[in-house]
Amino acid sequence: MDNGVQSVDYFGQQMVNGITLGGVYALIALGYTLVYGVLQILNFAHGDVYMIGAFIGFFVMVGLGGPSHAVVPVAVMIFIMFAVSMLGSGLLGIVIEKFAYRPLRNSPRIAPLISALGVSLLLQNGALLLFSGSIRSYDTSSFVPITAGIHLGGVTIDGMRILVLVLALILMFGLSRWVNGTQVGRAMRAIAFDRDAAIMMGINVDRVIMWTFFVGSALAGAAGVMVGLVFLRVYSYMGFLAGLKGFTAAVVGGIGSIPGAMLGGVLLGIAESMTSAYLSPNFSDAITFLLLIAVMLIKPRGLLGRRAIVKV
Amino acid sequence: MDTPQTSAEDSAGRAEVVLGIGTDEWVARHNERLIVDSGPLARLKDTASKIPNLVRWLLVLLIAVAVPLGTSNPYIMRVGVNLGLFILLSYGLNIVVGYAGLLDLGYAAFYGFGAYAYALVSSDQLGHHWKTYISVPIIVVATALLGFLVSLPSRRLMGDYLAIVTLFFGQVFVQVVLSSDSITFPWATDSIDITGGSNGIPALDPFVLFGHKFLNAKDYYWLLLAIIVILTLTITRINRTRIGRAWRTIREDSLAAQAMGISINRLKFMAFIVGAALAGLAGTILSAVQGAVFVNGFDLPLLTLVYAAIILGGSGSLPGAVMGAIVMSLLPEFLRVPSYSEILFFVVLILVIGAMRRSIKSFAITLLGIFVTGIIVRGIFLSLSVKSLPRDEWATGVIGRFLSHWLFVPNNRLLWGNASFVLLIALIAYLTQASPTIKRILLPVAAFLGIFLWEVRLIQQPSTTRQLIIGTMLIVLMVTKPQGFLGKARVEVL
Repeated sequence: MDNGVQSVDYFGQQMVNGITLGGVYALIALGYTLVYGVLQILNFAHGDVYMIGAFIGFFVMVGLGGPSHAVVPVAVMIFIMFAVSMLGSGLLGIVIEKFAYRPLRNSPRIAPLISALGVSLLLQNGALLLFSGSIRSYDTSSFVPITAGIHLGGVTIDGMRILVLVLALILMFGLSRWVNGTQVGRAMRAIAFDRDAAIMMGINVDRVIMWTFFVGSALAGAAGVMVGLVFLRVYSYMGFLAGLKGFTAAVVGGIGSIPGAMLGGVLLGIAESMTSAYLSPNFSDAITFLLLIAVMLIKPRGLLGRRAIVKV
Repeated sequence: MDTPQTSAEDSAGRAEVVLGIGTDEWVARHNERLIVDSGPLARLKDTASKIPNLVRWLLVLLIAVAVPLGTSNPYIMRVGVNLGLFILLSYGLNIVVGYAGLLDLGYAAFYGFGAYAYALVSSDQLGHHWKTYISVPIIVVATALLGFLVSLPSRRLMGDYLAIVTLFFGQVFVQVVLSSDSITFPWATDSIDITGGSNGIPALDPFVLFGHKFLNAKDYYWLLLAIIVILTLTITRINRTRIGRAWRTIREDSLAAQAMGISINRLKFMAFIVGAALAGLAGTILSAVQGAVFVNGFDLPLLTLVYAAIILGGSGSLPGAVMGAIVMSLLPEFLRVPSYSEILFFVVLILVIGAMRRSIKSFAITLLGIFVTGIIVRGIFLSLSVKSLPRDEWATGVIGRFLSHWLFVPNNRLLWGNASFVLLIALIAYLTQASPTIKRILLPVAAFLGIFLWEVRLIQQPSTTRQLIIGTMLIVLMVTKPQGFLGKARVEVL
């Protein structure tokens, strides 16, 4: 960083990294926000669903012949990876909801939280048992050359990052269409607004909650594959911290708010990338935490959260 | 959990009913109406429930005193110290979660803070060797202060936000400790090693109290016992004061509490701080008894265990906290030894089958079904000419050796074990939805898969198995008994 151009490039590169990371965080945050909006519970197992999604993507890739000897074209392989992973994680989400959360609909608030910790332990250690503790690599560079991508001055946006960004945007757009445009989405918003009234309007709450978990978990699965493609490493403990970051993003943006989750995710990604580039890589989580506290002190409902008016 | 409110006498002359907050007599008698069990087991349960609490406490105390007098086995004393620390942690968390209803997910960090603070002032790491009666009170106060700081941003926030702030705090604590082994301050040239990073801090001074140097685990055990007795008395007293009642009122309905003129923020702070201080105290004892401190003991697994302990016993109940702590600190110890955990597994399996198949006849049929399934699976493996694993390589426990005549363990145990794991989970998920007939048919298959998975795979990986068991336990407990074993189910009248 001795001259101006280089430092501008460096900044730009960090910005690209941050936005990519932010896209992933935003997808995880959306799952949290959807579930929280409908059920008002913290789904701590969400991060582990993301981990399982990353593993599903990895094994689909291996099943299709591995990164270097794929039996289908690369684009098709990546598509199948995303599709299978999203479907698998979505189904996993439905199963989790059915067994760990549905029996606790009317319990004290702490019950689903503890149950979620249990699910998280089960998924983490189940993955540890099945896939062993070793770190696996997607080894993306063997099928997509690292030099491919857009070059803007000194800033390189490689192929995978473009793919991830575009895909994240498509998924978010699709989600907002789903929430605003379909009947299930409308029912979901109704339940989030007032569950009892929604029940009286004849909305099948169980079915809508199932859909919510499916969609939220599928997004987490997609995020898992994205992280695998860009950052390569997949291991059984990757879910916890990512889940925590995703949740932070949701809280910063205003939990329950869908645009808030997207904004929060991107902000968090950029903040993390910048702090580890300019301040201290070791303390980037601590700084993220301070950021969270600052946002919560100034705007307790998050950046885009509605002010909660509780009627008694 | 008794309250000093007036009790209502029933005309039929039944036992007095102590009314809790927000309950009337109908609600208080709800549980009595639910009792429909009869038979010897129910009578035993009934008799056991009539033993006064004081007698139970004295009984536990008697055992706690008798054990160190009877044995000097260092392992047993160490387990006893761990149990004592666990009870201390459960007491603290019980105040935060059980009384005040605050979700503190960074609780393990306060424990770690106490431990590291003691390590820093009692070792050569920074060259300080403070006296115990100075360092411990200062650390306890400092931890309380830290608790105050952490709870500050949450004062206006709802329970979930507090949960996330504290969870993050716990994570940051681990991160900061891990990376504080080479901190460069702007004004200094050399980096300073504060926490020793992942190596921890070794060679800590033991406690020296009243001129007595604590040499082994037994000394700490007595200290912990004394602390716990004092705390039990204190907390029971506090529970009956204005503060105790106010805490429970906040937990039940903070809006109503506020309307009654209770200053909820102040009381929440108080609970949080008391909880943090107790964790800090436990931390100092931990690092003194270990003689070293490492960061990996203060992470989420510990937090989950402590939460499991207070939830298991019923949050808000002091005897429940003790009971939960006993189970959750002895269970992992027990599961560490493969031959013990094997026995435990089979006992639990038999109990579960017994609970699902009440009559002796259907129970025997199920056992026979398991046996037949094993024979069939053996036949399938043999006809597929799968190589078997020699008995000496897998049958470690007594039961395993006994079963080795019947159970077929394939050579590629990793693959088959994983397959049985996935299949078992799918089968259990299916069984919970299936009709009774299908259940009857598939229960032996599921039980066989469980045995197979246990002998082939789980027995080899005690730590993963332990976590799996704890995870399953949490979910099952929450789904079946969300109020814990000694907690009372809340009956709400709308």
